[in-house]
Amino acid sequence: MTATTAAAPGTAPPPPPRTTAPGPVGPFTGTGVLLRFALRRDRVRLPVWIAALTLGTASSLASFESTYADAADRRSIGETLNSPAGLAMTGPARYLEGDYGFGAMLGHQVLGFVLVLVALMSVLTVVRHTRAEEESGRAELLRAGVLGRHAGLAAALALAALANLALGALVAATVAGEGGGALLYGATHTATGVVFAALAAVAVQITPYARGAAGLGLAAIGTAYALRAVGDVGGGTLSWLSPIGWAQGTYVFAADRWWPLLLSAALAAGAGWAAFALSVRRDVGAGLRAQRLGRPGGSAALGRPLGFALRLHRGVLLAFAGGLALLGAMYGSILGDAERMIEDVEALREQVERAGGASVAESFVSVVLIVPAIVAAVYVVMAALRPHAEESAGRAEPVLSTALSRTRWAGSHLAVALAGGTAVLLSGGLVLGLTGALSTSDGALLWKVPGAALAYAPALWVTAGIAAVLYGWLPRACAAAWIVPAYAFVCGYLGELLGFPGVLNDLSPFGHVPRLPATALDGGGWLALGLLTALAGALLWLGLAGFRRRDLETK
Amino acid sequence: MTTEAPTDAAPPPAAGHAITTAGLVKTFGTTRALDGLDLTVRTGEVHGFLGPNGAGKSTTIRVLLGLLRADSGTATLLGGDPWADAVALHRRLAYVPGDVELWPTLTGGEAIDLLGRLRGGLDARRRADLIERFDLDPTKKGRTYSKGNRQKVAIVAALASDAELLLLDEPTAGLDPLMEVVFQDVILRAKADGKTVLLSSHILAQVEKLCDRVSIIRRGRIVQSGTLDEMRHLTRTTIEAVTERPAAALAALDGVHDLTGGDTAGQVRFTVDGARLDAAVRELSGYGIRSLVSHPPTLEELMLRHYGDELAAHR
Repeated sequence: MTATTAAAPGTAPPPPPRTTAPGPVGPFTGTGVLLRFALRRDRVRLPVWIAALTLGTASSLASFESTYADAADRRSIGETLNSPAGLAMTGPARYLEGDYGFGAMLGHQVLGFVLVLVALMSVLTVVRHTRAEEESGRAELLRAGVLGRHAGLAAALALAALANLALGALVAATVAGEGGGALLYGATHTATGVVFAALAAVAVQITPYARGAAGLGLAAIGTAYALRAVGDVGGGTLSWLSPIGWAQGTYVFAADRWWPLLLSAALAAGAGWAAFALSVRRDVGAGLRAQRLGRPGGSAALGRPLGFALRLHRGVLLAFAGGLALLGAMYGSILGDAERMIEDVEALREQVERAGGASVAESFVSVVLIVPAIVAAVYVVMAALRPHAEESAGRAEPVLSTALSRTRWAGSHLAVALAGGTAVLLSGGLVLGLTGALSTSDGALLWKVPGAALAYAPALWVTAGIAAVLYGWLPRACAAAWIVPAYAFVCGYLGELLGFPGVLNDLSPFGHVPRLPATALDGGGWLALGLLTALAGALLWLGLAGFRRRDLETK
Repeated sequence: MTTEAPTDAAPPPAAGHAITTAGLVKTFGTTRALDGLDLTVRTGEVHGFLGPNGAGKSTTIRVLLGLLRADSGTATLLGGDPWADAVALHRRLAYVPGDVELWPTLTGGEAIDLLGRLRGGLDARRRADLIERFDLDPTKKGRTYSKGNRQKVAIVAALASDAELLLLDEPTAGLDPLMEVVFQDVILRAKADGKTVLLSSHILAQVEKLCDRVSIIRRGRIVQSGTLDEMRHLTRTTIEAVTERPAAALAALDGVHDLTGGDTAGQVRFTVDGARLDAAVRELSGYGIRSLVSHPPTLEELMLRHYGDELAAHR
């Protein structure tokens, strides 16, 4: 921080030359002011994130303590998780050696999941305080003041670092009763959060759009998560390419190694340095690549409501479809490993046989499909809330002043959300089925896996319906639609590990989807899918009816 | 000819009226944005809609577009109900907002075609002509346009259409003076083509040049409406004269206000009601006029007549 009042009080006989600035001015001048301002802007948002993540850890721990009070229970759940699907959903098998205490259970089952959210918090924080500010033009106003070139980025990174430090300290305090690894457990949160903040700092240099930068950050998180999932099932090599894998590689509460966090520190430093270096190679408000000129006129499709909506959704839709195809490929490629792993462990083989009929690959698929389904739900919420984004940006007004009705305008966006979400899901399912069929030589997976993925489509449609109702009736509360994928993630992913009561899972539309292909789609399954579809239809209708009745939000 | 005073009941919707509103009320929370607004725009006229920021101009236009729903009162637009018949009416009108937001990834040309086609098509020749006259590069992406260029995109999209009614909400905010001249040309041509224009503005010179009639809005109500001539007639003319003999006695004359000077021979300055102008000039001539200058009220003075108290409060 620079001193703003350098002039000493009192009388100084030789008047200072006028060229003397009231303090040193460098590329970081004003960082402190910006940081305080950023802290004030996020005084609710970041504490909510930090509190939610800390409470999540605390309640997971409490749940472990009540559900797995006996060492025998812990050994039993450990054996269950020592399967390909179990390891893909949790963490490396090394945690299962030893007595698998509550601390080791946290490191194995909860850490990877919480770190995804820590990374998300960091990415969104950095994007919000850098690229989003530039895109809105507010950064220009500030940069015209006495502000160093790097102050904005430095303040955003400092803010993210502070948030992650606070989170790490609180999490460490929460797990302090579990023994010597508590500090390391907290440190994995801080280290991983800072890594993704630094990666986001690079992303915001590349693209001129906040939405695009957040998308790159999400892709980095998804890749890190998928690499560790594949690595943990397939021997561990790929896990060492993932920052989340490094954090889990500390074997916290099992072996307590600090050194993997050195990798995190190195990546954070490298990415941070790259971000500052890249930021001076571009203009304020611009991306790294010069903006290209486009078509002087619109294509025929652009003049139709659906074509127009599709054009706005195109980039995000393709990104999600590509991301899920990659995720599917990673899961599919370890299916073969999974089968071999089961062959080696007699206890597991018996367990699988007892489960009745389903092959190892099929049980694996039916467990991990919830991950692509939730990623698709994230897309669906983004797409279904796009009309709200357009409306609050003032871009709905000119369009709705043409002969385009409100129903057709919002309906086109919702149609893209429904069809696009289904396509994104199917893209993951098809690639998982294809790569799975190749790695296990089981051709039936080619159609079984995409079919099983499609069973999640009605739950996606209900998600879109909930977003539509919020948009139509309570546009200011639209962000509440994010609760649906978040809740499905917690219930569908952690719920089974933590032994949540079934009623909690029933509240999520994803809790009613039959777990195919391990089980057959029976009458009850069809009924559930039919009811979900009908519910989605009713919600969408209700949402559009609300939107037709209300005032447009204007600036 | 009569001037619609604010107290008058709104005239019934007639064939000759493109827009009529009666007793329009719109509240946002505790703010009463429209407070019994009566506005009449005749078919084929350019109607100036004057008032400072926050007076209710944009809210009125958004109610007319069916984007907002009035709490009470009636509005008729091209013979239809702006809320219930919005889509059908929008085929016949075009709108330029005061603060145009474009899609960051669409070019200006794409945005023009998008808006035009969603309305039902636009005239390619007129589009090309307008792009050239407004000196707009249609190949640039929305996010790279300046404020003025974003306005141009919306203006071109609106004027290249066959709309019979143009709703323009401070359309030239951010345009340079050169483009302002082009805009005035284009609006006069639209008027010659028989289009009706509602032009919300606070650029008084623009209104004076373009508008047949004006309505002045204050705190959600129309406080005065009529042609500029009618309004001038209702307003005081300023007289500055040099007389041979002291003309202070003029102050006693009915309709003469704000008299300064006149106690000795020489300068005298006063304002006089439009209806009393004749009597005042006759009286003045009795003091031996050496020179005489009369200023008709400017639009600015017409505005200040309604807003003088607010101005005084801010000074």
